[in-house]
Amino acid sequence: MLMALALVLTGCGKENLSTLIPQGPVAEKQFFLMVLTSSIMTGVFLIVIIILTYVLIRYRQRPGQTGIPKQVEGSHKLEILWTVIPFLLLIVMAVPTVAIAFDLAKEYSNKDALQVKVTAHQFWWEFEYPDLGIVTAQDLYIPAGKKVEFTVTSADVIHAFWIPALGGKIDTNPGLTNKIWLQADKPGTYFGKCAELCGASHALMDFKVEALEPAAFDAWAKKMKAAEAAPAPTATAAAAQGQEIFRKSCMGCHAIGNEGGKLAPNLTNFAERHKVAGIRDNKKEFVAEWLTDPQQVKPGNTMPNLHLSPDQVNALVEYLSTLKVNQ
Amino acid sequence: MSDHTHAAPKRSGLWDWLTTVDHKKIGILYLLAGGIFFLFGGVEALLIRLQLLYPEQQVVGADTFNQLITMHGTTMIFLAVMPVIFGFMNAIVPLQIGARDVAFPFVNALGFWLFFFGGLLLNTSWLLGGAPNMGWTAYATLASNPKFTGLGADFYVLGLQIAGLGTLLGGINFLVTIINMRAPGMTFMRMPLFTWTSFVTSALILFAFPALTVGLVFLMFDRLFGANFFNPDAGGNVLIWEHIFWIFGHPEVYILILPAFGIISEIVSTFSKKRLFGYSSMVFATILIGFLGFMVWVHHMFTSGLGPIANTLFGIATMLIAVPTGIKIFNWLFTMWGGHIRFTTANLFAVGFIPTFTIGGMTGVMLANPAADYQYHDTYFVVAHFHYVIVGGLVFGLMGGLYYWWPKIFGKFLNETIGKWNFWTFFIGFHLTFFPQHFLGLMGMPRRVFTYLKGQDLELGNFISSIGVLGMAIGTILLFINIFVAAKSAKRAPADPWDGRTLEWAIPSPAPEYNFAQTPLVRGLDALWTEKMAGNKGMTPAEPLGSIHMPSPSFIPFVMSVGLFIAGYGFMYASTWGTYIVGIIGLVITLFCMLLRSLYDDHGYHIEPDEIEEKGVKA
Amino acid sequence: MAADHALHTALPDEPEKATLEGKNKVLGFWLFLGGETVLFGTLFATFIALRDQVNGGPTAKELFEMPIVAWATFLLLTSSLTSVFATLALHKHNLKQVQAWLVVTVLLGLGFLGLEIYEFVHYVHEGHKISSSAFGSAFYTLVGFHGGHVAFGVLWITTLIIQSFKKGLTVVTAPKFYVAGLYWHFIDVVWVFIFTVVYLMGMIGGKAVA
Repeated sequence: MLMALALVLTGCGKENLSTLIPQGPVAEKQFFLMVLTSSIMTGVFLIVIIILTYVLIRYRQRPGQTGIPKQVEGSHKLEILWTVIPFLLLIVMAVPTVAIAFDLAKEYSNKDALQVKVTAHQFWWEFEYPDLGIVTAQDLYIPAGKKVEFTVTSADVIHAFWIPALGGKIDTNPGLTNKIWLQADKPGTYFGKCAELCGASHALMDFKVEALEPAAFDAWAKKMKAAEAAPAPTATAAAAQGQEIFRKSCMGCHAIGNEGGKLAPNLTNFAERHKVAGIRDNKKEFVAEWLTDPQQVKPGNTMPNLHLSPDQVNALVEYLSTLKVNQ
Repeated sequence: MSDHTHAAPKRSGLWDWLTTVDHKKIGILYLLAGGIFFLFGGVEALLIRLQLLYPEQQVVGADTFNQLITMHGTTMIFLAVMPVIFGFMNAIVPLQIGARDVAFPFVNALGFWLFFFGGLLLNTSWLLGGAPNMGWTAYATLASNPKFTGLGADFYVLGLQIAGLGTLLGGINFLVTIINMRAPGMTFMRMPLFTWTSFVTSALILFAFPALTVGLVFLMFDRLFGANFFNPDAGGNVLIWEHIFWIFGHPEVYILILPAFGIISEIVSTFSKKRLFGYSSMVFATILIGFLGFMVWVHHMFTSGLGPIANTLFGIATMLIAVPTGIKIFNWLFTMWGGHIRFTTANLFAVGFIPTFTIGGMTGVMLANPAADYQYHDTYFVVAHFHYVIVGGLVFGLMGGLYYWWPKIFGKFLNETIGKWNFWTFFIGFHLTFFPQHFLGLMGMPRRVFTYLKGQDLELGNFISSIGVLGMAIGTILLFINIFVAAKSAKRAPADPWDGRTLEWAIPSPAPEYNFAQTPLVRGLDALWTEKMAGNKGMTPAEPLGSIHMPSPSFIPFVMSVGLFIAGYGFMYASTWGTYIVGIIGLVITLFCMLLRSLYDDHGYHIEPDEIEEKGVKA
Repeated sequence: MAADHALHTALPDEPEKATLEGKNKVLGFWLFLGGETVLFGTLFATFIALRDQVNGGPTAKELFEMPIVAWATFLLLTSSLTSVFATLALHKHNLKQVQAWLVVTVLLGLGFLGLEIYEFVHYVHEGHKISSSAFGSAFYTLVGFHGGHVAFGVLWITTLIIQSFKKGLTVVTAPKFYVAGLYWHFIDVVWVFIFTVVYLMGMIGGKAVA
């Protein structure tokens, strides 16, 4: 039955999103617990259903049936039976529960795991790699096959940091920090989500996890660090104009490299992001739409509408599309 | 005492309802108000599912959606199902224990009006700039800091505070009623299960609601007076709210579900023509569930970072609740075993309850597992779980209770044919709505999302779920049609339409003002059934026919609640209006009412034996 | 009033529990105090969690004026004793004594409130406000809730004294006196905890916080 249930559950949902298709050791352990508990519980349910069906058919009142059924007070034997058996089943479930809960709560030093500091904001994610000296946002780069320990907190309200396919989940509490470790077994792009109601655009507070081969990750980290120290110069005239607008209007909140504010996502590798604002495909039309009216795309977010002219928007889009580190 | 007799006050129409202290009328008021709020909450649910019918829709905006989910949860729990539970407790518990009244008829009325005006205040937020939008759990700092949430959160704080006060008073009233006012021979271990569960629920209310009161005060002080309980920048701690809320909130779950257990026990036993299997263990299980209910609140906070020790301890404590709950399920099954089962609408709901609630319990055990819960937490899996418990458990129980006790409360029958349609549409609609949500959660859909993006394989589940809601809507509409039909019908219900077992079926339907012309003598569990088996026509009286003392109606509870209602607005708008005067006026009205109540003692009035005969017949 | 007279002469030993209404009132009030215990328990737990979070303001140790608090404690504990005398007088059916002891109780309660208000004003001048830190919020809410209870008790007992001149001591009024006595004891007990947890632990314990 365990197998059958596992078979039913797997294959549900999208491979890089579903908890039912685990992509790392944490999600696998959790999936094991799901299958174990749901199998036992399904067994209990079947027993209830079988007895219920039997009783309802066998003991329904027949037409013309009179008389009074025997008034049974109870049965100590039966009652002890259905007290003790559930108790034993609970013990079966409790043992792996405790073991895995403690296993997942282990903390790792920076030798055993890549350290990432996660700060949740309304409605975006900031990722800092203290040992690598990198700050980025929205797209989380991690090495595949290696443990990553996240230290999470929030800048405003409570959010929850969740990468379903890799394992879940931890609240990001303002004023407090929590730790969680995760690992992706193979390279790929995984969905990340906010799981705690955090305001109007809670539903849109998605992020992406880019798991790279360790060598590729190291290369990325190196380029990223270089780019943060000295962003690449802009090539075209439009991009230069965009950069000018960016300097004047955007830099109070956004940084490129080490230059700029920290109130909003760091845009050093913006052109390589999977999504704009975490939700729209990173195409020029969507970037333009976002710049023209941020509230329309993501209600309640803190980015102001700068009332840019279409030309200014285009220039900015041109500029933003040059922000790459990986070429 | 007889020289205290005053003439029975003659009141009629609206004035009668506004001033009544009769527990049966207050019960009807609770059912009515709860029913109306249930419709509000239902419409909110429909809009929620409409918005989620397809991905990336814009039926309602993001913020409106958050208001809808917040108000749906808050309304359903505090303003719909709790009042309906209180409605049944008022209408039935005194009858089941052979009492003429509740212990505090005045306080009982006050409890109702506080709940009503609290709920009204909360719902006026829709018209006054937007409902609360931070979820019914109102986590800090989203709810505590006015920077993140508007006036709606103030409505939540003050509305719940006022309504919660009413609930607390109701809880105390029923505890004292059940302890002090049982008829001779009605020992604790002869009390019907519904009375037992009401008793334990009242005790949970008494010990859980004050925690909510304090939590709401903190929230109010943070929002209105710049306090820093939950403000991390000034040393506050956001987790304190979560602890306080769930120390209240988890017992609240059992406050809700235990009376449903009681109703199901009554129905299953009556319609199987058998006494409840394992009555003692049912009572024991009820008390144990109530007790454990206070020990498990952290399972709502597994992902908040309390560490593996707290998580596993509370997780295992949570799993333990499955044991007494399982006892109940099997006791119901074996109550039916060997019986003559009649499939009335009431019993259909009870029979539908058993597998549905079992699924809710199963997912409950799964959720109790902390490491696995890291995946379930705050997803649609949880949404599915608690709807299986609260709708599949509680609402099924309440609907069953309506069909079962309607004749006793109103003296008329709900139509059985419409009733069966009501059951089947609601039952099928329910499972269609909520079963797929388990899988949506496991497939990565967080709860409380106003939309979901295309291309995440979440479309099908959401579509089925939204279609299922139609079934529940039709079922609910049929119930209201049925109530309308019953009101119009001329057929009167006899005293004992179901071949009942407990005391409420020993007196006319609807029960006369004084309930029992003579206090009955109880001679066994299932008091009326005991007499039937002994070949008696009715209960043996424990006292000669005499004059009956009744409490006077009073308008004070209504005015007192209006005072707090006004004070609520006064405090919310104090900064807008630049003055606390309105708030103070409201409080003064309430305090003045308390003074009046203290100064003028109510001597009540008496119903004389000759009036009893007359009234007893015409009911 | 004839009836009241009849009741008065036949007053039983424990007049507060002579009628079902009286019994209900006493039991209901005990239960209410059970709920109040949860209420104050929650306030205490929060205070203990937040008491070191001074946010740069004065700490408990720097702030508290023990002489004032000691006097307040003395007044309130004495008032607890006088309210016991009132209940004893109630059982002896001596209305005059009941009234006299309750008046003393109210006066002591007023004295306590006066000291508490003075204390709060003093703290606010020191920069310790409800909005200045989490410690301030928790302190004023806990101690203020208690003070509010004392104030309500003073009002309540005063109205009981006034109406007792007209109504006398009957099975209707006796439960009111009795229940008010229970209430007064309860808030005294709460104060003992406040004195210990807030003031004594604040003076000697408490981490040194920057």
